[in-house]
Amino acid sequence: MEIKWYIGLALALFCTGIVGVLTRRNSIIIFMCIELMLNSVNLLLVAFSKMHAASAVAISNPNVVTDAQIFVFFIMVVAAAEVSVGLAIIVMLYRNTHSVDVNFLNRLKN
Amino acid sequence: MNNVLQMVWLIPVLPLIGFLINGLGRKNLSRSVSGFIGSGTVFLSFLVSVYVFFNVRSGNTHVAHYFDFINVTALKIGFDFQIDQLTSIFLLIITGVGFLIHVYSTSYMHDEEPKDFAKYFAYLNLFVFSMLLLVMGANYVIMFIGWEGVGLCSYLLIGFWFKNTNYNIAAKKAFIMNRIGDLGFLLAVFWLISKVGSVDYHHVFEFVSNTKTNRLTTFDITGITMLLFVGAMGKSAQIPLYTWLPDAMAGPTPVSALIHAATMVTAGIYMIARSNILYTMAPVTQGVVAIVGLSTAILAATIALKQNDIKKVLAYSTVSQLGYMFLALGVGAYTGAVFHVMTHAFFKALLFLGAGSVIHAMGGEQDIRNMGGLKKYMSITHITFLLACLAIAGMPPFSGFFSKDEILAAAFEKNPILWGVGVAGAIMTAFYMFRLYAMTFLGKFRGSHEQEHHLHESPKAMTIPLIILAILSVIGGWIGIPEIFMHGGHRLETFLEPVFAQSNAIAENSHLSHATEYMLMGISVAAALAALVFAWSKFSKYQKVEKEETGIGKVLTNKWYVDELYDAIIVKPLLSIAKYFNNIFEKKGIDGFVNGVGKAVNYGSRQIRLLQTGQVGTYVLMMVLGILIFFIVQLFL
Repeated sequence: MEIKWYIGLALALFCTGIVGVLTRRNSIIIFMCIELMLNSVNLLLVAFSKMHAASAVAISNPNVVTDAQIFVFFIMVVAAAEVSVGLAIIVMLYRNTHSVDVNFLNRLKN
Repeated sequence: MNNVLQMVWLIPVLPLIGFLINGLGRKNLSRSVSGFIGSGTVFLSFLVSVYVFFNVRSGNTHVAHYFDFINVTALKIGFDFQIDQLTSIFLLIITGVGFLIHVYSTSYMHDEEPKDFAKYFAYLNLFVFSMLLLVMGANYVIMFIGWEGVGLCSYLLIGFWFKNTNYNIAAKKAFIMNRIGDLGFLLAVFWLISKVGSVDYHHVFEFVSNTKTNRLTTFDITGITMLLFVGAMGKSAQIPLYTWLPDAMAGPTPVSALIHAATMVTAGIYMIARSNILYTMAPVTQGVVAIVGLSTAILAATIALKQNDIKKVLAYSTVSQLGYMFLALGVGAYTGAVFHVMTHAFFKALLFLGAGSVIHAMGGEQDIRNMGGLKKYMSITHITFLLACLAIAGMPPFSGFFSKDEILAAAFEKNPILWGVGVAGAIMTAFYMFRLYAMTFLGKFRGSHEQEHHLHESPKAMTIPLIILAILSVIGGWIGIPEIFMHGGHRLETFLEPVFAQSNAIAENSHLSHATEYMLMGISVAAALAALVFAWSKFSKYQKVEKEETGIGKVLTNKWYVDELYDAIIVKPLLSIAKYFNNIFEKKGIDGFVNGVGKAVNYGSRQIRLLQTGQVGTYVLMMVLGILIFFIVQLFL
């Protein structure tokens, strides 16, 4: 498959994420949209890594092929940890306010 | 360094030391100590000056270089002293008359607090120092240092009794008017530097008089001399800058004698006599100098006719006599001008000191309408004052006769009209001087009984300088006896010959026939004598009458309304402009702008603050919009 499909998919995912963050008020959905953006970037990373694999082999440095893919796993691990923290915050919010609406949460303002 | 004249630095440094001791120690010195230091240092300077004079007389002139004052690329201005005939004459006048006045002051100022007394002598010494610097400098810049220094001391001494507001105003007036003149002087120096590239007298005069190197156009030389003359107008109180001198009488009387009669006001004459070659090359300026001098002489003489303050009469008389000196400079009689400076220093210092003695006896009274009959109370003051009056009126064989006659003869050579007007001035001089003399010393005493009881002759420290000056006023003219009386009698002219040699070579010399000269002398003396007798008979039986002056008399009493005129055309408009700038421009313009900047920042930040909503969503939106704009710019522009 050509690289442009990967880029197109990543772009679509990223835009979905941005629009979601900007328009939705439910904090769980916003959180999911953030994850969506993160993973669209991961997807790009892997795609570009694959694209450059051939030339990397040509200069006899095979590590390059796998570096990005391993890197992506690291990102996923960190993201998973972050998700657990984020979800915990949202759970605590819900317990205290009985709501996950972000607009409702700007009462710290002023 | 082997020349004895190398030690002339002593002359100005001695008064400077006196100034430092009196100035720094004024809180601890007693009156007698500070008086002794003040007079002693000037006396030592006088001794050195006498020594220098005899050296110069035997033909030894010298330029002493001490250090480089200003040194930038091609322009080198050294701290140099030039000692020649002209300088040595002025040195003798300044230190000699200065010393006598210092001695006189020790008695006159005796009622002051010791610290004020010391301050007075410190100022006086500083003045002598600056004046010596002025006449000894070998270039225009050193002269300018002295020029400014005497202006400062004049200001300080006019405002010596600074608790009186009027005196302060008089001091400020003198200072500001002098500044106007100084600007002219300074511009002339800059002009000289740009055209000649030097301010040394030697270089400038050689450059100008040598026809090969002289690249100055008529415009340049006229401009330079005119600007220098503007400086002289301020310092030597000529039209239109003369009004400060009568007001300067606010200072102590010895100060008026030293600064505003004998020395400082003659600085302008010294400067022009020093630059004589420049003026000889600029006939237009010479004409202006002569006309300004003559009109000042006449105008001041007319004002003096109607003044009733003893010092004001003398002040206007000084202005008038300075006018004569400028007339002499204008018609090219440089020797005559210097001669008149010298004789005038003697008799005018004597007149002022005599007036001081009278004021002292009258307990501060200065109005001659309240005096009269002082002859029998103060015989020494009376006789010396009479001699000075005869001298200034130009009676032979007193000193004023010789110097004034020389000036008038030179004026006649140039143009008989100048002579005619000059004689008219001389008649007025005789009249107002003898009006002053008669009202003060003759007739009956018109003051209060208290004053009459208090009348006394002044102490010795005051009368001895009077006697010495009286002798000088009588015999001072004998060094310049005209050719027709005695062959080779004009020793001053012979002495000053080298200084004015270049000018005399250029100017055409036409000598008057002896018959004409006798006639001129006869007319002026006879006319002055008539005025003298008239004034004597009219005012010796003067009675106080309370009546308003009318017509021309009123105009003269009010000094031709010149002060009012200046007030209306210069002071008032300046004040209203200043008021406008203070009230409108300052408040609305500058304050408005400064406050406006503050208000704008304040208002702007209030508005911009609203962008920071605290909503994460808004920030993200802004971020996305920013990135979009970035992309658009990057990709499509």
